[in-house]
Amino acid sequence: MNKLKDFDWMPLALVPALAVLVLPLVGSSSTWLTLTVAGLAMGMIIFIIASGLTLVFGLMDVLNFGHGVFIALGAFVATSVLGSMGDYTGSERLWMNLLAVLPAMVVAMLVAGAIGLAFERFIVRPVYGNHLKQILITMGGMIIGEELIKVIWGPLQIPLPLPAGMRGTVLMGDAAVEKYRLIAVVVGLLVFGILLWTLTRTKIGLLIRAGVQDREMVESLGYRIKVLFIGVFVVGSALAGLGGVMWGLYQQNVVPQMPRLHHRRAGGRATGRPDGQLHRLPGAQGGAVFQHRADDGHPAVAAAGRLRPVEVRVLPCS
Amino acid sequence: MLLTRLLSNDFPRSRVLAVVLLLIFLALALTPFVVPGVKALNVAAKVLVFVVLVASFDLLLGYTGIVSFAHTMFFGIGAYGIAIASTRMGPGWGALATGLAVALAVSFVLALGIGLFSLRVRAIFFSMITLAVAAAFQTLASQLSEFTGGEDGLTFKMPELLQPSFQLMEEPFLGVSLDGRLICYYLLFVTALVLFLAMLRIVNSPFGRVLQAIRENEFRAEAIGYRVVVYRTVSSILSALFATVAGAMLAVWLRYNGPDTTLSFEIMLDVLLIVVIGGMGTIYGALIGSGLFVVAQSYLQDLLRMGSEAAAGVPALAALLSPDRWLLWLGLLFVLSVYYFPTGVVGRLRAPRKPPTPGGPSHPVAPAPAAPAPTIEGDLLENTR
Repeated sequence: MNKLKDFDWMPLALVPALAVLVLPLVGSSSTWLTLTVAGLAMGMIIFIIASGLTLVFGLMDVLNFGHGVFIALGAFVATSVLGSMGDYTGSERLWMNLLAVLPAMVVAMLVAGAIGLAFERFIVRPVYGNHLKQILITMGGMIIGEELIKVIWGPLQIPLPLPAGMRGTVLMGDAAVEKYRLIAVVVGLLVFGILLWTLTRTKIGLLIRAGVQDREMVESLGYRIKVLFIGVFVVGSALAGLGGVMWGLYQQNVVPQMPRLHHRRAGGRATGRPDGQLHRLPGAQGGAVFQHRADDGHPAVAAAGRLRPVEVRVLPCS
Repeated sequence: MLLTRLLSNDFPRSRVLAVVLLLIFLALALTPFVVPGVKALNVAAKVLVFVVLVASFDLLLGYTGIVSFAHTMFFGIGAYGIAIASTRMGPGWGALATGLAVALAVSFVLALGIGLFSLRVRAIFFSMITLAVAAAFQTLASQLSEFTGGEDGLTFKMPELLQPSFQLMEEPFLGVSLDGRLICYYLLFVTALVLFLAMLRIVNSPFGRVLQAIRENEFRAEAIGYRVVVYRTVSSILSALFATVAGAMLAVWLRYNGPDTTLSFEIMLDVLLIVVIGGMGTIYGALIGSGLFVVAQSYLQDLLRMGSEAAAGVPALAALLSPDRWLLWLGLLFVLSVYYFPTGVVGRLRAPRKPPTPGGPSHPVAPAPAAPAPTIEGDLLENTR
């Protein structure tokens, strides 16, 4: 019982509470459902991306302005992987599609994680503990990463069509909900659950949390905290890669400028939760979903009747 | 003596640097007469605007040790001030003055607000807040299309004197017709020169010294009795105001302003690159960096094209050397600069090769205090909290 009492449920409750709160503003319950799922889906994608940023910042006190590179990288890797699996993506059956999307996600995470390892080693490590240099150097890393992506995949926008079985909508009562949005919510919840479980229920999670509190103490107990932190950086980058795949599929195309698009979000995100502490993970999620809702103008804009699809807002940068 | 006062006793302190600075100065001053053509004039005007913009950013990054991502926002405010005033009030000097005044006021209030809110805590939050505010502002500027022209931006006219069709004299002077374009260029030139010297004055004043002290060691500066928040906020306001004027200069020159021209993140990146490569913590770095950047923009691409053609046999290498990838190489240079010579080109040139011989230099009273090279380690202490 004690555990339940200690559980920080407030941030988690924020999203449902907000969703319920705007119901009278939207009026029609089917519109409300569509919008809520849309907001949740994009929010979850941003959550996956932001959780990596938050972890790295909270743990290592490194604000990685180059985090966006891993998003773009994940998305571009996904275009290559999915492009080579036409048989699976073309199929109408969902499980066949998943057989294509899941490997794409895994490969994207592996690639992003591996590049993250190199990024940590060559870009971030020499400047630990120096914020000013960190900001500059990670920005430089972003520029280089973006250019290298252009070298490999070309500077143009690449389509990343959703697998056939994931297109379209399902009817829930009167409300039409896009299938992919539901999938995004499920994946987001899955990542959230795994992260939460790792951080609160496993020894590694315990060490990470302890390391955040008092790095020296954990070191003096004989744990190699550096290795742990590098692991966190790699996981954070891999999560960004996963987020990139999800986002790319959501937009159905990818552009090399993605790091910068994300950048705007990263700013908003990180500002929302500057303390970035680990036990605040539910906060990161609440923050991400909430922010996106605000972005989308979910309650107000919908009420005003001029809902603008996300795609329109994100693309002009390209 | 006059030169000492003009340069605020902050001489280049390096023969090579002095020569290069003089060359850039002369090139900018004489562009219309030496290099004919619209393109050269445009490039020179861009350099002028960037010198002011970059120097004002250096005030913040190099001298105070904080990173702002909202610098293009203030740049944009200046440009939009001129653009909106000229569109609404019709072309004229009154519109220019009003636009600039309003823009300066808006920048002042915004910079003050951001500074007071975010500079109290660790300087890194300032970066995040500015990033968020700048993104919000950019969205706002493209959304309020009634007012700002949206994504299309605004095209407007200048007072008659600055219009290209205006002719000062019937006869061409030294083979160049004295039209409004030329007058406009020299207006920009004089403005940039005055602002540049003003910034040189600021960083070499007691106030500037305090800023550098804060950069080097915030904790000690506070302990001596300087209110770090106040100094940092004032510095960020000053830098914002200079950036606003730079924006106004650009708007006057282009007679157009839109979100991509002044507010885009690309410009922010360019400014960062220029400051770091030119030299953080040296106002001269802005001049050198801007010159270098513009030259790189035009000539590095040619160089890369040659390299790319030479490496045509190896597709991977050819792709890396493609002229469109010039930013890749500049990015690499940027990263290497941050690591190995954080004081940039100017710092390199100024670095003493051998210990100064007694009574050797031209000003024996001040034996080269070698304006404390920015080490940017000041943040270290802050992190330990």
